[in-house]
Amino acid sequence: MAVQTIFPVTRIHEPLRADVEVQNGRIVDAWLGAHLFRGMESMLTGRDPRDAALFTQRICGICSGAHAVVAGMAQQQAFGVTPTPTGQHLINLLFAADIIQNHLRHFYILVLYDYVKGPDMAPYTPRPQADFRLPLKVNAELLQHAKEAALQAVRAHEAMAVFGAKAPMQQTIIPTGVTEQASVERLMAYSSILQEVTEWVEKFFIADVMTIADYYKDYYDIGGGYGNLMSFGMFPAPLTGERALKAGLIVNRGQVEELDINHITEEVRYSWYTDEEERRRPAAGRTTPDRNKSDGYTWVKAPRYQELPVEGGPLARGFINGDYRRGISVLDRLIARAKETLKICRLAQGWLNEIVPNTPSFIPFTPPDSGTGVGLTDAMRGALGHWFEYRHNKVTHYQIVTPTTWNFSPRDNRGIRGPVEQALIGTPVADGANLIEAGRVIRSFDPCFTCAVHMLEARSLHC
Amino acid sequence: MLTRREFLKLCTTALATATLTDRLMPIMSQGFAAGKISKPPVIWLELGSCTGNSIALDNAVNPNLNQILTDMVDMRYNWLLNVVQGSEVVKVLQDTAEKEAGNFWLVVEGSVMTADNGRYNHIYMRDNQLVTGLTALQELAPKAKHIIAVGTCACFGGPSAAYPNPAGAKGVWEVIKQPVINVPGCPANPDWMTGIFSHLIMYGLPELDGYNRPKMFFGQTIHDLCQRRQQFEDGIFASFPGESGCLYKVGCKGPVTHADCPKRQWNHYVNWPVRAGAPCIGCVNPGFPDSSMPFYNHLPDLATPLGMLNIKKFGAAAAGLGAAAVGAHLITGVVGKRVGKHWLDGTNPNEPDPPENLEQLKQELDDLIRQQNALISESQALEQVRIKRRLPKTFRQKVVDFFRPGQKHRR
Repeated sequence: MAVQTIFPVTRIHEPLRADVEVQNGRIVDAWLGAHLFRGMESMLTGRDPRDAALFTQRICGICSGAHAVVAGMAQQQAFGVTPTPTGQHLINLLFAADIIQNHLRHFYILVLYDYVKGPDMAPYTPRPQADFRLPLKVNAELLQHAKEAALQAVRAHEAMAVFGAKAPMQQTIIPTGVTEQASVERLMAYSSILQEVTEWVEKFFIADVMTIADYYKDYYDIGGGYGNLMSFGMFPAPLTGERALKAGLIVNRGQVEELDINHITEEVRYSWYTDEEERRRPAAGRTTPDRNKSDGYTWVKAPRYQELPVEGGPLARGFINGDYRRGISVLDRLIARAKETLKICRLAQGWLNEIVPNTPSFIPFTPPDSGTGVGLTDAMRGALGHWFEYRHNKVTHYQIVTPTTWNFSPRDNRGIRGPVEQALIGTPVADGANLIEAGRVIRSFDPCFTCAVHMLEARSLHC
Repeated sequence: MLTRREFLKLCTTALATATLTDRLMPIMSQGFAAGKISKPPVIWLELGSCTGNSIALDNAVNPNLNQILTDMVDMRYNWLLNVVQGSEVVKVLQDTAEKEAGNFWLVVEGSVMTADNGRYNHIYMRDNQLVTGLTALQELAPKAKHIIAVGTCACFGGPSAAYPNPAGAKGVWEVIKQPVINVPGCPANPDWMTGIFSHLIMYGLPELDGYNRPKMFFGQTIHDLCQRRQQFEDGIFASFPGESGCLYKVGCKGPVTHADCPKRQWNHYVNWPVRAGAPCIGCVNPGFPDSSMPFYNHLPDLATPLGMLNIKKFGAAAAGLGAAAVGAHLITGVVGKRVGKHWLDGTNPNEPDPPENLEQLKQELDDLIRQQNALISESQALEQVRIKRRLPKTFRQKVVDFFRPGQKHRR
């Protein structure tokens, strides 16, 4: 049976080409290729280390807050500063609003039209001749909720802008906190928006996902993958740094293990890069883009944890924190994401109560001449890490490993498929549906290829 | 129907209270209903971008995304929204380009990757051939009615084109011959996008500046509109981002950035960077981000009546020469006794970039002295000019003056 190609896969962030081989109505092999290269990390070399947060967030428009937060963490380590308690809370609030926004938009703007018939107008027409199973009334109700959800996502971004100045691409995060003041007026603005969004999420979001789950029960058995899950944890508490959502690793649906960052490597045999070594950590030398590489089929590299491909995202966090452990599938990812949205709303409410108004949201600092830092946090889609080093106030190297790099990695040097490639295996596909089933699996991971494609230039991964 | 003048006034004064489209949407739907105007088909191409401008458009409030899609434009191709995928969506794109040739709008988000003949960015597959963003753009551009570049990447290259620009990113107008309307910003404010869309629907092309930016949004500098402008005039400067006072010394690029952020603000008008204590990073500027970096260092030069002046000269001149040589702002400040004690506090060399070692400190001091001397000699030269002018005119001079065109009564 011939290999079928979907390019572009729509309703995701940035160009993705999916090639799948179908036999007897099931996908038996898959290759996922990202088709945009910008090389953001190489641009950071030689720049002022203080600019890392504002520059790196321009990698991604949907998860800009995540890059700023994690770059801030790396800077904290490199500059030897810590955020003020209020500053840390404000950073967490900012990040929380961005995540809520992302999760709402992912489900209601991107994923929903895989299962629900959209309105009869462009861009929702033409639509594939595929199995839309919802009764008309439920369908109409969900479309109405989609309109409201779009406005709730706007509200969430407003909340982010209350402390972040604008969204996307906030501008206030600095290593010691946030430049915006924690005034009563600002806190009230955030709080009222959060209240509204929380109520909406509680009332509709989870119920809507469950409605779809009821009609598409077979998707509990589709898109399983390896069952290797990883999270760096997120939302450090002030002073203690203890994370509200824990870091951890689960191998092959087993127990939660400790994570050791030193086991991370990146491999490039099937990516469009040339390198003296195909696997690096620690590594010396440079990786250079080479679009003509015959084995390559993507700009994404293959990061591995102890040679294992691992998946990240709300489902992985759900498993590691014990919030959601039903199983691993397309629907489980969607449900875990909705439940996490509510959990983050509640966490944010807690931080708001802990903030003492008008306490300093940052402290002035002067960065030392040289330093190194690592920032690790979970972002919307999974584990995100920034590694950087600077000498004499110039960045000497910067490395970013993003969630989508993990999820959508190509085959590694041993030919082992990436997590999503594996998850696609066994997916039943109907004739003439233009592989909408494959699209459903891919979208459940919330892919974002603007982040995923990056250029490794670090000499080593410090911890 | 709203006249164009009224519309522009709405756009330039759009504040939280009088939003652009609260008044505009009814007028537009009336226009659609009466058949005076029609919904334009739109092809939204995303090239080397971060999707930030699409997200910003999702953040639009008046009108919101849903209103934009139902009442404003006919979004035929936008891969973030299209339901069909793969070959079916490519067919939509091609059909629109053929059937609506000369009628559709081409909105481009993200810079054009030109390295390796554009092969760093493929955007779809046609007849089993990968199509690069560059090719798609060059094919679609001649057929489009309007070409709108949204976001600094699409306009001028933006962050994708930052040094060393490994993917050869360029702005749209650098690779096609057709005129392009540039709506920069990182991301572009949704009001700017919807404002341009409505202007194009109702009145055609808006007035553009030298960089093809619509003057109604990019006509004034942030500095001119800034709510912290008074503190600049008074010489009250913040010494760290987040403090009160003008953020010029901690890197604000407001004086060289043309945008209406201070008036319009962001995200349903809740905030904007300078209000939040974060210096403007000049994200609508053609050279962004290279021209703005380091973000937290002050601008290298500031144009004054006495030529280019930077903040170090500013300090040196104040110490060495007194206020007279420093330009009109300061003179009025001193005369009005507004500068006062803030002057000293504000210009203390409490800068975010301290010298790294003794060598550099020495060099900086030398630089300072050199600049100070230059200023002194410049001001002395000025004095001499003034003295010359007071000398009585010779007969020859009078004759020359008599025949000189233009102003004759200059003394």
